[in-house]
Formats: sequence, C-alpha cells, structure tokens
Amino acid sequence: MRKTYINGVGCISAQKTFDTIFLEEAIINETANVLPLEIPVYKDFISPTAIRRMAKGVKNGIVASALAMKEANTETFDAIITGTGMGCIDDSDKFLRALIDNNEEFLTPTSFIQSTHNTVGSQIALGLQCKAYNFTYVNGSVSFESALLDAKLQFDENEASSILIGGIDEMNDYTASLFKLAGFIKQDNESPYKVLNSTTKGVVYSEGATFFVLEDKKQDHSYAEVLDIEIINKLQVNEVEAKIIDFLKSNSLQISDIDAVILGFNGDVETDVFYRKIAENCFKNTQQVYYKHLSGEYNTASAFGLWVGAKIIKTQQIPEILKVNSVEKPDYKTILLYNQYKGIDHSFTLISKC
Amino acid sequence: MKGVAITGMGIISAIGNSVEENYASLLNNKTAITTIENISTVHSDLRKVGEIKKTNQELADELQLSADNNFSRTAMIGAIAAKQAVQDAGITSINEYKTGLISATSVGGMDMTERYYYDYFEKPETIKYISCHDGGDVAQKIADELGLKGMVTTISTACSSAANAIMLGARLIKSGKLDRVIVGGTDALAKFTINGFKTLMILSDGYNMPFDNDRKGLNLGEAAAFLVLESDEMVAKENKKVLARVSGYGNANDAFHQTASSENGDGAFLAMEKAFQVSGLKPEEIDYINVHGTATPNNDLSEGRAIVRVFGEKNIPDFSSTKPFTGHTLAAAAAIEAVYSVLAIQNNVVFPNMNFKTPMEEFNMIPQTTLKQKNIEHVLSNSFGFGGNCSTVIFSKSE
Amino acid sequence: MEALKQELKAKIIEVLNLEDINVADVKDDDALFGDGLGLDSIDALELIVMLDKDYGIKLVDPKEGKNIFQSIETMAAYITANRTK
Repeated sequence: MRKTYINGVGCISAQKTFDTIFLEEAIINETANVLPLEIPVYKDFISPTAIRRMAKGVKNGIVASALAMKEANTETFDAIITGTGMGCIDDSDKFLRALIDNNEEFLTPTSFIQSTHNTVGSQIALGLQCKAYNFTYVNGSVSFESALLDAKLQFDENEASSILIGGIDEMNDYTASLFKLAGFIKQDNESPYKVLNSTTKGVVYSEGATFFVLEDKKQDHSYAEVLDIEIINKLQVNEVEAKIIDFLKSNSLQISDIDAVILGFNGDVETDVFYRKIAENCFKNTQQVYYKHLSGEYNTASAFGLWVGAKIIKTQQIPEILKVNSVEKPDYKTILLYNQYKGIDHSFTLISKC
Repeated sequence: MKGVAITGMGIISAIGNSVEENYASLLNNKTAITTIENISTVHSDLRKVGEIKKTNQELADELQLSADNNFSRTAMIGAIAAKQAVQDAGITSINEYKTGLISATSVGGMDMTERYYYDYFEKPETIKYISCHDGGDVAQKIADELGLKGMVTTISTACSSAANAIMLGARLIKSGKLDRVIVGGTDALAKFTINGFKTLMILSDGYNMPFDNDRKGLNLGEAAAFLVLESDEMVAKENKKVLARVSGYGNANDAFHQTASSENGDGAFLAMEKAFQVSGLKPEEIDYINVHGTATPNNDLSEGRAIVRVFGEKNIPDFSSTKPFTGHTLAAAAAIEAVYSVLAIQNNVVFPNMNFKTPMEEFNMIPQTTLKQKNIEHVLSNSFGFGGNCSTVIFSKSE
Repeated sequence: MEALKQELKAKIIEVLNLEDINVADVKDDDALFGDGLGLDSIDALELIVMLDKDYGIKLVDPKEGKNIFQSIETMAAYITANRTK
C-alpha cells in the first residue's frame, strides 16, 4: 500500500493565491455576493494558438495545474483526475443561448465542445500528451473529493506513483442571476455579507481552480500526506460527530489528535449548523479554520480548503484571517477537513505532516 | 482474476422499458430510430433519434412523483433504471451494508434548463428546476429514490462516462471500500446535444450504419441503465445469483484532439490493453466485442484500427455495434451496452450489427449482421468519449 | 473580389479569435490550415457555419471544406461563385 503525498499545489481563486506564500495579501470582501477572480497572466502559461478557444475554466485549470507541476517538478502522471460541479458553465450557457436565440441555426462547435465536463482534464492531457487514465467527477460539493478518493485508491492499490488532481468551477453573470433568483446566492441588498454568524440564507459565490500533484514518494518539498477521505451523501446534523469519531477511529485517531479542523462555513444560515454543532461540541478545544469568506462558495471550493490545509502543515502557521477561534498549538501535525453543501454531499478528508 | 459480481440490472431505452423488453427487441431486430416526439426541434425531420416513447408526465407517474417534483427527464429515466437494478438484485434494505451509487451523465438536467432558460425570470413555478441542471442533482435524485445515504458520486467523461462508473464501482468493491455499488448512467435527449453534435457534423441524416464504408454519422438516443455490483462476501452471505462478472477494465486518453479520435486509435488500444492486463485474459479468449461503433467516419476507423492492433486482422472475434437499435445514448451508452453484454453472456448470443452493407475499405472487418448463437464466456465492450476518453470493460461468465 | 478578401480576413480573425494576427498579416495565398495560419478541424467547422450564416452557402460534408478553405484566395472564389446572399 503506497502512501499519498501532496508534492505540489496550484491555486487560482478570488484571492491572490499565486506569486504569494500563504494568503499574506488576502482581502475580505463583504460587499460582493459573487467574488471576482484574481486572474493570472494567462499568456505566460498558454500559447496564443492554444488559448484562443479556451473557456475561463480551462485557462484557470491549465495555469493552476502548471503551478502545481512546477512545484512538484514533474509533468509525468499515471492519472489525471478532475472534479467540477458545473463544468465550463459559461460556454454551456453561450451555446444554449445561441441555440434558443437563433432558433437552432448557425451554431458553432467551440462552446459546445467546452461544455463537456471533462474538457479541462482532457485539455491538460492534450497539452502534456498524457495518455494515462483520465477521469472527471461531477457531483456537487464532492466533485473534487471524488477525484481525491479515486487518486488515493490508486495509491492504496499500488496502481500509481504520480497523479494530478484538481477542482475547477466557473461562474458567469447569467448563472449568478439564476442562483440569486433561486436563493442560492445571497440577495443583492443584504451586504455586508459575513460568513460566520450569518443570519441570511444563501451564500457568496465565486469560482476557481485548485490543483495538486500527488505522489507516492515523500520529497523535501512535500506539503502533507493524505491519510484518508470519505464521502457520504446524507447525514443529519446530529450524526456528523459520530461519523467523524468513526472516521478518525478507522485511522487509529481520536478527536484530541486533531490539531486543526478546517470547516466549510459558507454563511448559509440554514446549513452552517452542520459545522457549528461540531465546532461547539467535539471540536470546541480544537483550532478551527474557515476559508470560504476568502474563496467564496462553489462546488469545488473545498479544493481551496485542502490547499489551505496543505499550506498550514507546510508552513506550520495559520494566518489570523483563517481562524474561527484561537487555540494555541505548538505544531500542526494532523488536520481534518469537513465540508457539505445544502446539507448533502458531505466529505471528510484527513491530512498529516510527513 | 475472478472479477466483481454483477447481481442486478435495470434499463430503459428506446427499445424497451425493462431488461426483458430490451432483450426481446435485440432478438427480433426491433430497432427504434424514429422521429423525435417529446422535444420540439427544427431538426426533427432530418435527425432521427432513439427516443423513449414516454412523456415526462408518464415517467413521473411511473415513479409516483408528486406534482411539485423537480426531476429532469435524465433523473427520471435514471431513477427508473436504478430501481429496477436494485430490485433485480433482491436488495430490500439498501443502507444495511456499505452501499454506494456511481452515476454517469453528460448533460444532466439540461433538458429542463433549455426548456425554461428564459422562463425562470417570468414564471416563478419554473424556479424549482434551476437546481436540477448539474450532473450531481441527477445522482442525488436517484439516491433519494433508492433511499441510499452512503457514497454517491457522478462521472462525466462524455460518451465513456458509464464505463468509467462501472470501472470505479468495481475498484471500490475490490478494495473493500464498498460491499455493494449501483453503477451506470443516464442521459435524456436534449436540443443542446442534438444541436451540439450537429455543429460537429457527425449526425447521420438517415440511420446509423456502424462499420459500413458509407456510414454518415450517428443517431443520438436517450437511455438509462444501472447494474448492481457486489463483493464475493455479499454474494456468499446472501446466496446471490451472479449474472456475470466485471473481469477487466481500462481507461486511457488518446491525447490527440478535443473531439476526434486518432488515426491509429492509440487511446482505444491502450484502454483494451489495460483491460486485458486487469482481467488476465488474452485477446483470443474474447468471444464477442460490443464495439463503440457510433458510425461516424472517424470513430469506426479509429476503433477498427485499434481492434486490428489488439487482435490481429485475421483473429477478430464476432463484433457488433448495438447503436442502430438504441442510438448513441452518450453517457449512458456504456451502461446500456454493459446490460447487452451480460445478456449476451447469459443467453450465449451475439447481437446483430444492423444497417451494415459494405465493408470499410481500410481493413477487413465484417461485423456480425445476424443474430448468432454460440457459447460466450467473455465479452469486451468499448466506449469512447470527447476529450480522447477511451474505456474498455470486459464481462465474463460466472463459473 | 478584393473587398471580399479583406472582409474574409477580418471575419476569420474575429470568428476564430486570432488575437495576435492583423488583416495585413494574412496574404491571399497563405495556407489557412497546417503550416500557414495553423487552423484545425474545429476551425473548419466554424468556417462552415460562417459560409452558411453570412453567404448562404450550406456544406453538408465537412470534407468539402478542405478545398474551399485552402486560402483566402480559394475561399473568395468559392463564395463569389456560390453565394446566395
């Protein structure tokens, strides 16, 4: 059974997560209900001929993966696995709008092709000429965790020694307007939007791409080891604690072994209770970390959460901006991540210092 | 390697609303490529499809959904097929063991999104459909219908999706992560995909003719199929009947083009090669290949060349594409064809490749064009998707 | 014919997002595919739609595009001979 090490990370998000160390330039924006992306200079990473047809999600995915590969110093993989809740939604939207507006005439293929959910993973493979296993998961807030679970399974079964995984999601104006209409995004007149102790329904949305190079060999530049990951579709609020205790037990750990818990608080008054309940009970003496006030919510925002976890372990520090409470710890060895969205698609991820 | 046990199957497609109906249609050459009825599209006269001849209301009634439900058509047919599979496997208490659901879809609830795109802002009663656009919602609805609470995820790798769902399910069983898993795929017809494939100029204006020299493209179809995979411990404990086994699988990327397959079918070749490695079988042990065979000029040439590379031109086993029956059902296709592969094994029969007349000039590959009875131990099934995604699953008779 | 050629160059640059290329960079007999402008099969499909939309020319088989889209020269000649709008 091989181990799973995070040996490189790359992140494009609403924060400056490239050309920085660990959120030292982070800004809390409480006035926007859709956080804009901090965009890198794409042309530094992608050739002009290649870039001209690429959707935003593809570009972000390519840059984030390039950053992760550079850190890990490898471009050879036994698998490329991505997760995305909505895929390249802007191109899907473009194609659909053209279809409706032009009564199914004069449609062109480019946006249709990019609407295919596996387009990011396959364009990365095309760029790398990587003929290996290539999967894409599309399942709400466990899209990224499914990719991580798949990768972990391959290491466990000695089937791979190097895997690129990532989570990518896009937002566009039309989808945002629909999500506001449906109440998924907080209403326009409710700012300041706070994530902790929010009293309103819905979330602040955003988008992003976060990639990780996973390898079976520990390196000097390794971030952390991925110990375990579990996905559960449905849990009641009062079942989460028992589930966590079970999950830790299967890894020969208990609550007191957890040096920090990274929670997916997103400011939705109806479902943050999943986090609050464990924060106030089993984890009340544990350092609690949150991040969606920085990244915004999106189906693969939890990949940003794992990026935060990996950075905490590597730098052995937690920026104040991420702290829910303050529990001093001499070192951060073992971190648990817990995420859900709208009360479904729960995930538990365990990482440790290596 | 013995492979992972298949203990149940469910299917709804253009050629039938159950496994039995699908089998009867396959035996009797009852293809179902017709003019589209449930969607109004300007292309209805020229682009025939494999359509399930049931309205959304009929599907909802079948599932006994309440009037305020927000199921997409993709979710409804998925739930119907998944429920059949679970029933077929004799599962009554779904959360009793570690049970998962791995679904597959390409466009998820697009059928509703395209219907209400502008209505959302005008008609409040349509707002409920906003949340059913994404692929995960389809799996969620199926899980809810099954009462399943455990691991649920969805794979979307275009037209190979369901093969990859089967593959992941088999791996989860083998590794002991799950005791049972429901795997498959679902895709309803949508104007989105009809027009999308039309822009790529790979839709036939007639009936699809896989591996024919004069093939002109594919017919789209809609369908859903799910299979139940169980660990050997479960099979022994519950004394389950094993329909067949998933003995091999492989996925590889062609890394050639965003939508087209490479000249030599590298990705397809690698996928088949990996599946043989996992199964421990040799090419000469395959009795039937259910080819991807979409009948686009590009797919059949590329897939054919890959098959020639793996088997040798003189040693290609009986093969056929069943897409002339059902149309190309995208993310569901590999699950549909998995059910057909199991039926081939159970009944020792090779299904015919309809509409074939003229052999392709590039190689000597003649599909089986009539129903053929013979002993079938192992079936190899190919499924390829956009983004160079190539998958092979091998099904074997359970001893 | 000359005006049509200029129009085609501008349209191709716009439709295919060829950001780094100017109308003046494209010669009438430059190869559009392969070594020239480096267009590919997806671009060909985009150009087929352009023929339909802007010039009322419907191609049924994508292979027909091969000869027509060799260069601006061949495209302009084909459009002049076959346009319906």
